[in-house]
Amino acid sequence: MASNGIRDQVAIVGMGCTRFGERWDQSSDDLLLDAVGECLDSAVGVRKDDIDAYWLGTLNSGQSGLTLSRPLALDYKPVTRVENYCATGSEAFRNACYAVASGAYDRVMAVGVEKLKDSGFSGLLRTDPPSDGTAPELSITAPAAFSLLDPAYCNKYGVDERAMREAMTHVAWKNHRNGALNPKAQFQAEVSREKIEASPTVAGRLGVFDCSGVSDGAAAALIVRAEDALNYTDHPIYVKGLSLAAGPMRGGMDPAYDFTTFPEVQRSARDAYAQAGIEDPLKAFSFAEVHDCFTPTEIVLMEDLGFTPRGQSWKDMLAGDFDLDGRLPINPDGGLKSFGHPVGASGLRMLYEAWLQFQGRAGQRQLADPRLALTHNLGGRPGGCVSFVSVVGNELG
Amino acid sequence: MSIPLQAYAAYLPSWRIAGISRGNRVVAAFDEDSTTMAAQAAGALLRGVGTRAVVPTLHFATTSPAYLDKTNATAIHAALGLDRGTFAADVIGSARSGVAAIRAAAAQGGLAVLADVRTGRPGSADEKLGGDGAAAFLFGTGPGIAELEARTSLSAEFLDRWRRPQSDTGEQWEERFGFEEYADLVREAVAAVLDDAGLDGADHVVLTSPNSAVNKRVGSLVKGGLSTTGSPIGHAGAADVGLALAAVLDIAGPGETILVVSAADGCDAFLLRTTELLAERRQASPVAAQLASSREVDHLTYLSWRGLVELELPRRPEPDRPAGPPAGRATGWKFGFNGSRCTSCEMAHLPPQRVCRGCGAQDEMSVVPGTRLVGKVATYTVDRLAFSPSPPVLVVVVDFDGGGRASLELADADPNALGVGDRVELTFRRFFTAGNVHNYFWKARPLLAAVSERSK
Repeated sequence: MASNGIRDQVAIVGMGCTRFGERWDQSSDDLLLDAVGECLDSAVGVRKDDIDAYWLGTLNSGQSGLTLSRPLALDYKPVTRVENYCATGSEAFRNACYAVASGAYDRVMAVGVEKLKDSGFSGLLRTDPPSDGTAPELSITAPAAFSLLDPAYCNKYGVDERAMREAMTHVAWKNHRNGALNPKAQFQAEVSREKIEASPTVAGRLGVFDCSGVSDGAAAALIVRAEDALNYTDHPIYVKGLSLAAGPMRGGMDPAYDFTTFPEVQRSARDAYAQAGIEDPLKAFSFAEVHDCFTPTEIVLMEDLGFTPRGQSWKDMLAGDFDLDGRLPINPDGGLKSFGHPVGASGLRMLYEAWLQFQGRAGQRQLADPRLALTHNLGGRPGGCVSFVSVVGNELG
Repeated sequence: MSIPLQAYAAYLPSWRIAGISRGNRVVAAFDEDSTTMAAQAAGALLRGVGTRAVVPTLHFATTSPAYLDKTNATAIHAALGLDRGTFAADVIGSARSGVAAIRAAAAQGGLAVLADVRTGRPGSADEKLGGDGAAAFLFGTGPGIAELEARTSLSAEFLDRWRRPQSDTGEQWEERFGFEEYADLVREAVAAVLDDAGLDGADHVVLTSPNSAVNKRVGSLVKGGLSTTGSPIGHAGAADVGLALAAVLDIAGPGETILVVSAADGCDAFLLRTTELLAERRQASPVAAQLASSREVDHLTYLSWRGLVELELPRRPEPDRPAGPPAGRATGWKFGFNGSRCTSCEMAHLPPQRVCRGCGAQDEMSVVPGTRLVGKVATYTVDRLAFSPSPPVLVVVVDFDGGGRASLELADADPNALGVGDRVELTFRRFFTAGNVHNYFWKARPLLAAVSERSK
């Protein structure tokens, strides 16, 4: 993949993020106003009218830029609505960054929102065009599609089913443990391993606690040219790499695909690392926020992102390598497991953890001297997905 | 005097109701209807016949049509991948419709496909004594497996069994009234057809009727020299006479006569004489074997399959109805499971693609008919969240022999007995009905042992 990248050309200088959860009390409009409000307040001397353009990410909570311009009563500003499955929030951010890097605007905002709880259904809803009724994703749910990773991984690497179960449990246990320290998480309590493993089965071996929650939430990021960043904040986040890969959906048709990897994640990671000048992803990062939609996903992602060798992730997971005090903390904010997955907001929520960590404001989750972080979003399913990777840091160069 | 019978096949669904008196009540699964079972029976027939099959007509008989105002036989026609020039039409309404389809096929050449889902009120005789299934017969010129030597038909109007089109369950007068009417009709028709054939009796007799008293007294009405049988599964509507004939063709020897009698709103009698070819062209999976290969469904679940009780479903949205134009553009895939194969690198694609996933070539694909594919399970899962008329949804990723992979639902299987490497075949099913549109497509199902043996 070829991309020039925009390393150190733009910076995040303000962020906002609502509490995620079953926000029966708040509409999408309310969530948007709160996230944008916090974002504006976090930057020095910026008012709503100072923002030149907006990118709004939402999967299902509205269509068009009007979904943002109406509740905010924007003054005829350009607003682009973005949708890219579960990477939607990250896509709003990526495109907003490019708008500043291009010189088209000085100050832009990426905003993401999703109101999942109003539907009354479990899990995500799809809005598909009229169809012939034959596509498996019309009837097979996301947990079922991702549950395929578990037996395939065990089979390929000869991992005992019980050991894999323990590794999956560790992912849920770890992320809930982190989320217990986060006042904005949907679930702010530790969950015992016994409770995780005893939860009702959803699909394959995935129980309720192997799945991310279903929640409402919004988040926002203010993006300016890197050279202007210190005018707005003492703690800007510099964007080092941004990558997106949309797969050809070959895995569902090709017997060579074995359901133990996401080629899209590998490609997007490789591209983002090249942009950011990262040679050894095993050692580069202070922490990473990754798309832990289901517990086996996080296990596979560690390998696709280059955080551990192939077939090794389950062991590293069980050894605590990815715990808050491990060699590479993964999802220190609690991840999708603790936040739920309001699709448009999730990618920006991940960046919000970087915003807090780099400012030393992450409370009991605070890591020592964080410098470089990765965020990752994935939309679709094994065999065909979109994958987003960003590399961000608190220093230029 | 007419076109010989070339081949036959029956299809019995896998499921039996547990805990009702007969115990072996054969029932269609929630994802089966008369159209899908007809496609299964006719598909098995054509698989056996192979490239010799000539099918100028397809007459589909049922008392439980999936649609009215729309021909159901065209869906069967599409699922069989038949030529556009084949005349396909429904013969709908009563047990006698099955006879009408056989008469039409025997007269014109082609397929008679008989299928039915028989539903009775909970606790009723129809629930206990009925049966669901399908049978297909191919008539054509050239040496066949049986010659039709004589036939007689008598028509009579009296009130024995009836059902209004708006109702799924039917009614019957006191059975002894109908029996007396039918007893006379059967004796008269049998005498006429034997006289016509110049015979005193037949080696095999099959007698079927919607009247349960007739079914109880088959042997007292007419007897065969070698065998005398009724319906193999209980009254199966328009399919009943076909299933009974298929069961006899499974066992009859060469040069034997079979007297087929259907007592339904009159009486129809056929006299067939088998040939030497029967032994080598019998259906691959005999009726008795299909009866023996079964799985139990509990009564409550069965009632939900027929819409007689409504169970709590997962908290997921119901699917949208399939749309006409996209389904029309995809008929080859949706009904025929046609994939494409790249002419440059040979990679198989399911569903068919224009751009090859292997070598990137565009529009260099050939169409590959897929309904007869068999393959093995690459991986699987059980989806307890997905919408289904009968959860959970079993999901398999199938790698097909000869290339190609697809993610499919698995029908007629035990969620606790799935395994990587399991052998599966394809089965035509009705996934759900939304907005009054039935969504037909193919599922995988465990390969029957008999077929599995053969495919080795």
